[in-house]
Amino acid sequence: MGQYLLRRLLIAVPSLLGISIVLFTVLALAPGDPFSEMALNPNIPPEVQAALRKHFGLDDPIWQRYFRWLVAMLHGDWGFSFISRVDVDTLILSRVPVTLAVIGASQVLALLIALPVGIYSAARPYSWFDRIASTLALIGFSLPTFFTGLLLILLFSIKLDWLPFVYRADLSATGWAWWVEQFKQSIMPITVLGLFQGAGWTRYVRSATLDVIRLDYVTTARSKGLRERAVIVKHVARNAMIPVVTLVALTMPQVFGGAVVTEQIFRVPGIGSLLIDAIQRNDTPVVMAVTFVFACLVIAFNLLADLLYGWLDPRISYR
Amino acid sequence: MQEEVLRKLVDDVRAGRTDRRAFVARLAGLGISAPFASLLLASAGVAQAQPAGYKPTRRGGGGALKMLFWQGPTLLNPHFAIGAKDQEGCWLFYEALARYDADGNLAPVLAAAIPSRANGGIAADGRSVTWTLKKDVRWHDGRPFTADDVVFNFAYATDPQTASTSVASYDGIVAAKKVDTHTVRYEFKTPTPLWDRAANVVLVPKHLFEAYGGARSRDAPANLKPVGTGPYRFVDFKPGDLLRGELNRDYHGANRPHFDSVELKGGGDATSAARAVLQTGEYDFGWNLQVEDEVLSRLESSRKGRVVACPSGDVEVILINHADPWTEVDGERSSARSHHPILSDHAVREALTLLLDRKSVQAFVYGRAGVATANIVNNPSRLNSPNIKDEFSVERANALLDAAGWKRGADGIRAKDGRKLKFLFQTSINSVRQKVQSIYKQSCAKAGIELELKAIAASVFFSSDVANPDTYGKFLADLEMYAVAGRQPDPDTFLQWFVSWQIASKANKWQGVNRGRYRNDEYDRLYRASQSELDPIKRTALVIAMNDFVCREHAIIPVVYRPSIYGVARQLVAPLSGWDNALSSIAEWYAEA
Repeated sequence: MGQYLLRRLLIAVPSLLGISIVLFTVLALAPGDPFSEMALNPNIPPEVQAALRKHFGLDDPIWQRYFRWLVAMLHGDWGFSFISRVDVDTLILSRVPVTLAVIGASQVLALLIALPVGIYSAARPYSWFDRIASTLALIGFSLPTFFTGLLLILLFSIKLDWLPFVYRADLSATGWAWWVEQFKQSIMPITVLGLFQGAGWTRYVRSATLDVIRLDYVTTARSKGLRERAVIVKHVARNAMIPVVTLVALTMPQVFGGAVVTEQIFRVPGIGSLLIDAIQRNDTPVVMAVTFVFACLVIAFNLLADLLYGWLDPRISYR
Repeated sequence: MQEEVLRKLVDDVRAGRTDRRAFVARLAGLGISAPFASLLLASAGVAQAQPAGYKPTRRGGGGALKMLFWQGPTLLNPHFAIGAKDQEGCWLFYEALARYDADGNLAPVLAAAIPSRANGGIAADGRSVTWTLKKDVRWHDGRPFTADDVVFNFAYATDPQTASTSVASYDGIVAAKKVDTHTVRYEFKTPTPLWDRAANVVLVPKHLFEAYGGARSRDAPANLKPVGTGPYRFVDFKPGDLLRGELNRDYHGANRPHFDSVELKGGGDATSAARAVLQTGEYDFGWNLQVEDEVLSRLESSRKGRVVACPSGDVEVILINHADPWTEVDGERSSARSHHPILSDHAVREALTLLLDRKSVQAFVYGRAGVATANIVNNPSRLNSPNIKDEFSVERANALLDAAGWKRGADGIRAKDGRKLKFLFQTSINSVRQKVQSIYKQSCAKAGIELELKAIAASVFFSSDVANPDTYGKFLADLEMYAVAGRQPDPDTFLQWFVSWQIASKANKWQGVNRGRYRNDEYDRLYRASQSELDPIKRTALVIAMNDFVCREHAIIPVVYRPSIYGVARQLVAPLSGWDNALSSIAEWYAEA
């Protein structure tokens, strides 16, 4: 097990290097200039723009810039945002709490919907419950978040005027009032994301459970007189979860990466909106750092999923 | 416009025969911006208009002011401000010596009074300006604000190692000298009538930035936690997202500010920002609402807020390429040494001007956000030229082209000597600009001119990346359209657009501001004369002469004049100005009960 973990971690190093080279090259080759906004400001002469490009080393060859970035990264220096003139790690860290709160909560909501509904539907396939759940799930993952988001805003913010549609990271209220306001402003983005994610997962959980529920050992469990509840929870669900774990683990990095579209609609200051702003402004160090963290998380969660298999199914061993 | 006429106009104002507003409006019609006209009056010794009274009778008590910027500030050091959004954020905490009000007048902020010839502030030889500072001003940490701070800001911004973006505001100033603790003198390189340079540069405290000049500038803790003299104290900042401030109890303005706290939320898009202010009333102020006017009017019908359009000097223009973009000369297309084979024909340029249907552009595209103008306020004006008016006439364009020998071919496109009247017209990607492009294409087609339209991502188009062929500086097309921001009162920047030594070329990495590659010795001579002319009235006459010159030559085609558009909640009273940052007047804002 320990050896397996070590081997996987060592394999991750060249993958990450490869990813960083590809990312950096693509970003460097992409057209654009972090200081193009200055061109619109007549008070800033073009020489200033050129001087800044030189100051931040944007005119150096790509490979030089890459190695400079790599060496800094190995020293734990994430870089320096051209646009904000702030260290990139500070910028990312300031966005983490909101991202975790909103996107994390939506993932939890999705799981809370997907697991019970999916398993229950599979236990009674083609019943009324199953049919309704399947239809809703189909609608749920067919509607894109930018559509449902705008729909909710139109209904709850504009027609009914119940909920705010601008998310504020710093609420001035304290105590209970804070919780109420936080709930009011989070409910729409969480619902939009959670229902979308939950709908897809429901279908997945249902089919994974159906695969298992017809196997002989389930019949055996039922025959020896176990209660249905025990059969489903202890025998069916545990085995059905293996493919689900892979799926969920691979989506987890998204909690960090954020949901760009939803964050933009509700102005949730998460990492997703940081990334999109950085891309629009050609703020390469920020784009590089966020995407790189994302790559690391994908690799880490892949590993985590593999380790979880062993716990769920002891027959799987690591060599 | 002759010098004598200008002198008479100024005399009329001095004698009270004409009021200031009428004077400013008259000069605007002649292509002179409001701030520039006001400077002219100030230099001539005409007293400033009294500022409108501020209503609230005590400090604070206004609750929270919530502002929504669809582009949030990304940094809080005014000397690093990349765009207007960053400067706006700085004005909550920092202040400048003065600001420009809605009429383009300078209003004192940290200065005790606006310098004039009468009070001795403006030197008679035009070589310096002396500012006296308010005495009772303190930084948020309690230290007094003195002349040392003003002098320091000059040194800080002009140090090349600091890589400041404010350096250009100090252009032409060679030294900032402390006269006494509350008097400071800016000395100019050459005698200049434009003594208001650097007047509205937002100032940072010396004691917090002194140790972080030059290459260490990025390490200053105050870059992210501003300590200013402004009406609000810093509370919290999340770059690109949120900025919060609280009432400054020790603010130097009496009974100011009105609000107990301010919050500036960034991000999202302009349309939903307009919605949050105008329709749901969730926010009190929406910045720079670049939204179609039709949408704004619909949102406004909810009566939670209103749209305020502030006159400013921003003008959308179509640049004509005077060099040849299609032939390589010395390894460079659009080389200054070449001439455009078709656009060098005056008749073609005039026809192109006649074919721009500005009224339709205003009516169907811009609405309140763009006023049709043949006259570039702050920029070339043609109103004073009786031969050329804001005219849209396909017939006249056709007649002109016929007379110049451009004959229609079988495909309806005119040609002469085997050259077809086909042009590549480029601009940045922006739904409004694309609409203008297609309106222009249609009317050009009626006169037998074919336009090929091209739209380039803004971050590429406005980039200074020398490797990219699609930048506005390289101008590898026949025509290109973008906006000239005319916020600063000095028309000098714009007038440089036509001087021969500013032609964008490979040699200057396409940084020259003469992107149209216009070249004319007579114009160069006028410009040089305006540089050394000290008498403000004579200089204004020269500026108008230059404007006329460029317009008669059809060197450029103005499209619309673009006021700044803001969304303001119903109760909010905000004296906004199109000549300065929206938040430069934040201390004067209040909510009516």
